[in-house]
Amino acid sequence: MKYRWGKYVALLAAALLLMIGSGCSDMTVLDPKGPVGESQRDLIVFSIIMMLFIVAVVMVALTYILVKFRERPDRGDKDYDPDHEGNTKLEIIWTVVPLIIVTALSVPTVITIFQLEEPPESSSDKEPLVVHATAADWKWFFSYPEQDIETVNYLHIPTDRAIEFRLSSADSMASLWIPALGGQKYNMAGMETKLYLQADEAGTYQGRNSNFTGTGFAEQTFDVHAEPAEEFESWVEETQQNAPELTQSEYDKLLAPGLLEEMEFSSTHLEYVDHGEMDGSDYLIERHQEAFEELPHLEGGRGVGDE
Amino acid sequence: MSAESDLTTGPLEYRSHEDRMTILGFWIFLGAEIALFSTLFATYAVMFGRTAKAPSPAELFELPMVLIMTFLLLTSSFTCGIAIHEMRRGSLKGLLTWLAVTLLLGLGFLGFEIYEFVHYAHEGATLPSSAFWSSFFVLTGTHGLHVLLGISWASLLIVQLRRRGLTQVTSRKMFVVGLYWHFLDVIWIFIFTSVYLIGMVV
Amino acid sequence: MLDFLLNEFLVTGDPLIYGAMVSMVLVSIAIVYVLTYFKKWGYLWREWLTTVDHKKIGIMYIIAAIAMLFRGGVDALLMRTQLTLPGMEFLNSQHYNEIFTTHGTIMIIFMAMPFLIGLMNFVVPLQIGARDVAFPFLNAVSFWSFAIGALLFNLSFVIGGSPDAGWTNYAPMAGPNLNPGPNINYYLIGLQISGIGTLATGINFLATILKMRAPGMTLMRMPIFTWSSLITSLIITFAFPILTVALALMTIDRIFGSQFFTLTGDGMPMMWANLFWLWGHPEVYIVILPAFGIFSEVISTFARKQLFGYKAMVWSMVIIAGLSFVVWVHHFFTMGAGAGVNSFFSITTMLISVPTGVKIFNWLGTMYKGKIRFDTPMLWALGFIPCFVLGGVTGVMLAMAAADYQYHNTYFLVAHFHNVLIAGTVFGCFAGLTFWYPKMFGHKMNETLGKISFWFFLIGFNVCFLPMYFLGFAGMPRRTYSIEPEWMPLNVVSSVGAVLMAVGFAVFVYNIYYSFRYSPRETQGDAWDGRALEWATTTPVPFYNFATVPKVEGPEAYWLMKQKGKTTYDKNNLEPIHMPSDSGVPFIMMAFMFVAGFGLVWEWMIVAIAGLIGVLACMFIRSFDYDHGFHVSVEEIKETEEKARREEK
Repeated sequence: MKYRWGKYVALLAAALLLMIGSGCSDMTVLDPKGPVGESQRDLIVFSIIMMLFIVAVVMVALTYILVKFRERPDRGDKDYDPDHEGNTKLEIIWTVVPLIIVTALSVPTVITIFQLEEPPESSSDKEPLVVHATAADWKWFFSYPEQDIETVNYLHIPTDRAIEFRLSSADSMASLWIPALGGQKYNMAGMETKLYLQADEAGTYQGRNSNFTGTGFAEQTFDVHAEPAEEFESWVEETQQNAPELTQSEYDKLLAPGLLEEMEFSSTHLEYVDHGEMDGSDYLIERHQEAFEELPHLEGGRGVGDE
Repeated sequence: MSAESDLTTGPLEYRSHEDRMTILGFWIFLGAEIALFSTLFATYAVMFGRTAKAPSPAELFELPMVLIMTFLLLTSSFTCGIAIHEMRRGSLKGLLTWLAVTLLLGLGFLGFEIYEFVHYAHEGATLPSSAFWSSFFVLTGTHGLHVLLGISWASLLIVQLRRRGLTQVTSRKMFVVGLYWHFLDVIWIFIFTSVYLIGMVV
Repeated sequence: MLDFLLNEFLVTGDPLIYGAMVSMVLVSIAIVYVLTYFKKWGYLWREWLTTVDHKKIGIMYIIAAIAMLFRGGVDALLMRTQLTLPGMEFLNSQHYNEIFTTHGTIMIIFMAMPFLIGLMNFVVPLQIGARDVAFPFLNAVSFWSFAIGALLFNLSFVIGGSPDAGWTNYAPMAGPNLNPGPNINYYLIGLQISGIGTLATGINFLATILKMRAPGMTLMRMPIFTWSSLITSLIITFAFPILTVALALMTIDRIFGSQFFTLTGDGMPMMWANLFWLWGHPEVYIVILPAFGIFSEVISTFARKQLFGYKAMVWSMVIIAGLSFVVWVHHFFTMGAGAGVNSFFSITTMLISVPTGVKIFNWLGTMYKGKIRFDTPMLWALGFIPCFVLGGVTGVMLAMAAADYQYHNTYFLVAHFHNVLIAGTVFGCFAGLTFWYPKMFGHKMNETLGKISFWFFLIGFNVCFLPMYFLGFAGMPRRTYSIEPEWMPLNVVSSVGAVLMAVGFAVFVYNIYYSFRYSPRETQGDAWDGRALEWATTTPVPFYNFATVPKVEGPEAYWLMKQKGKTTYDKNNLEPIHMPSDSGVPFIMMAFMFVAGFGLVWEWMIVAIAGLIGVLACMFIRSFDYDHGFHVSVEEIKETEEKARREEK
């Protein structure tokens, strides 16, 4: 009986390991495509090494103690000291060493925190491209004020140039996250946050809202097309020429809670409202309050709602 | 259930271990109340200036009325102190008299507060007007509600004092109500300075 | 009317919920039938519903917490099922959102806290040699307010719909603009009612521990679990009022139209996140410090050694409690508060790892030169150490704000907090329950079943949550009801782990039944060769706890008493014992509170006011109640003690 059990357990374990192995191949955060993500990756890897060291120390000490000091018939009272109540020297060591480790982690953390508030240095010769990213339940508006175009649920960015995202939300608090390029920041109604990202490699990356916003949260995703500057410029020109204008009534309609297709326009909603300013925070509510009384129930996986 | 022994001297309310414990428990409760009011004050500070389309505090706050309210409440705290003093002297009559004065002053305070709220509402500042006015009404209203609770509680005590006289239990209850009343006074001083005075200047 | 009933009042349209409704009705009928058939109504009322005995209240807390652990666990299994495969249509998004919200809320508020408070209730008065808590009546009020809050919250499942904005209930999504209706009201009112009870518990235990210790028990002679309870009570007393205010403000927003966290009227939704976490982070330590205390007791007992570095253990808890109030911003580094603010909170957060590390090493030090036995409580404590260290170090990683921008809102975070909360709190509750079980019920839990449940739970726990760290790196956001195909393999692994944990829990519960039937009964009070005073009295514990109040002459009071051959029963020095009377008022008062809460949830003001009047009436009655309890006569004490101690000799 025992053997058969063992076989199943081994099989299950092997299958699980296989799954873990195949799942690890795809870790976007550890394989970033831009300087922001890279500095965060470096910090993460550094901290993982430090932390594995601590885990190893504890595991070794725990195993040693459990093996050596377990109760066993032949041991008797050898090495048993019930009145052993402390050791000042040891206690100082295990207070000071963690303090040193915390300091070692704090220094690069603080440096990186301050760095990330500025555009990446590698492209400091160029002005950052300004993109207003506005979240609304459950879609994304990307406005390019300098180019005077706006897209919904996707965006194009040039490579090797910093992007200055100006984040805000028309309703729920969202969080703009493009894991391949770097960490996230919140989109909040009535205020504006800034997030610098940059792509060094051309490609299409997944972006999403990572902060729970209700029914359509899982579908609140977008594609980021990073491409060389010339291609980006030609996309901008094409959009300026071919896309329709975004009228206020059209924009108001798009704001209603729900899912949207990818779209593009040859003007931006910033002419009508900037949700990043305090007066912009009730813009959506004044138009769509009733829509929130009866929200749609989405069935199934991602993309189902797009149909 | 005493780990400490009971005393035969000293203030009546401190004689039994159980009563000492109750008084300590009440002090801890006041600590929690401080945390509660601190949160309300912090919220008020954050919401300050967020008046939307409603009038600003400087337009509505009036010093004379607030001064009268402050005077009423501070005096009531003083008379409450006298009431406790009378209790320590063992004079039930003195205690009841001064307690009644205290409660009347408290009622006066509440009356003015209600009048004030109604007046602001007429001027277009109500709870839903704006974040600022919401935090104003909730902060001062919570204090007012505490005063109301204190008055009701002390009224029940008056009945008990008249029925049972000054015993260890009634005097402990009275002492605790006194603590509560002084506490509300302290909170009001903070409201007076950080809400009304600052609101009138800024 | 019927239209309202079917479309708004009752939750309809989902077979899972119909199933739940039917089972709720059937269980209620079964309970009523059993109570009536065995004529147990009077027993229930006299012995449990009206009791003010800290031991019974503790046991009721624990039973309720285990029921809530079951409910939260079922939620977890439903979530894991939905997340196993991409494109699953097991739950729709709304249903999934409700389930993860109730899972989180129930596990923290209605499982972890009551479980630990239950253990505190049972153990602390015994450990300090007291006959009850400082305010037994208030203690009953605390329990019933928790029970009523939990009942109200769970009712949302079938009446009106569950809250669906996450256990953090962030504004503006949970505010009146974007989420009208009773759902969120259930969250606000349910937590408010139970939160008031928790606050009362905090005050009660502060007074109890400060004022009711047996003579000779100085602060630095207190058992470490009592220390952890003292510090926890202190955190509760100063953190819970913040929650009370936050919940009240949002309730006023939703019901009376104020503008605190709204999108209109210049409201400030982000203030909610600040207030919530100002309470929420201390809350994390409210549910972890008592668990630390339990582990300290268990490790010291089963390593058969004094606790290593007692003073350091105490001070590290004090420092953790202090730091817990100045780290709340680390829950939203991504709010854009600025580099200086984020740096400050990064560093304070990382600093917490120092006292926590000290505790870990002191536990190792306690086992060093010990004689370690591996009974089930000890297994939970030993399983805790490596798993919690993993949760701790990932916590430090999350504290590094710049890196947190990549972890935030992902499964990395989910894995981290389950690693600390399950390995810390849940293992702690299981360790504590199996450890004090003989004291509570007069028999140990079965060791074999205990070990089976431990290994299932431990392995399942790691299989379930370790893959989630990698899912975080792969970009999987938390709270999503639907996964991308590339996240599938790790999610399958994780779901397998969840099933193993469920098996472990089921075995644990079965063990309760099995031990009740078959475990040998305890004949003396000291089941594990214990060290603190709770083992000094007999099992079952008489309602007055100690016949004579023990004199404490050093740390580890009972260990010393055993060496000197003393007991807590001094036949010649008995005195009548004063005990508080039972009271039905707490139960009735909280029943009125339920009415008031239900009225507020549905915004039926008449019902709410009627309920509140009932509550005030109960307070009125209490104010005029001059019942000071009763005295237990010396004869009765003698009789009880002789009976309990006969077999010892």
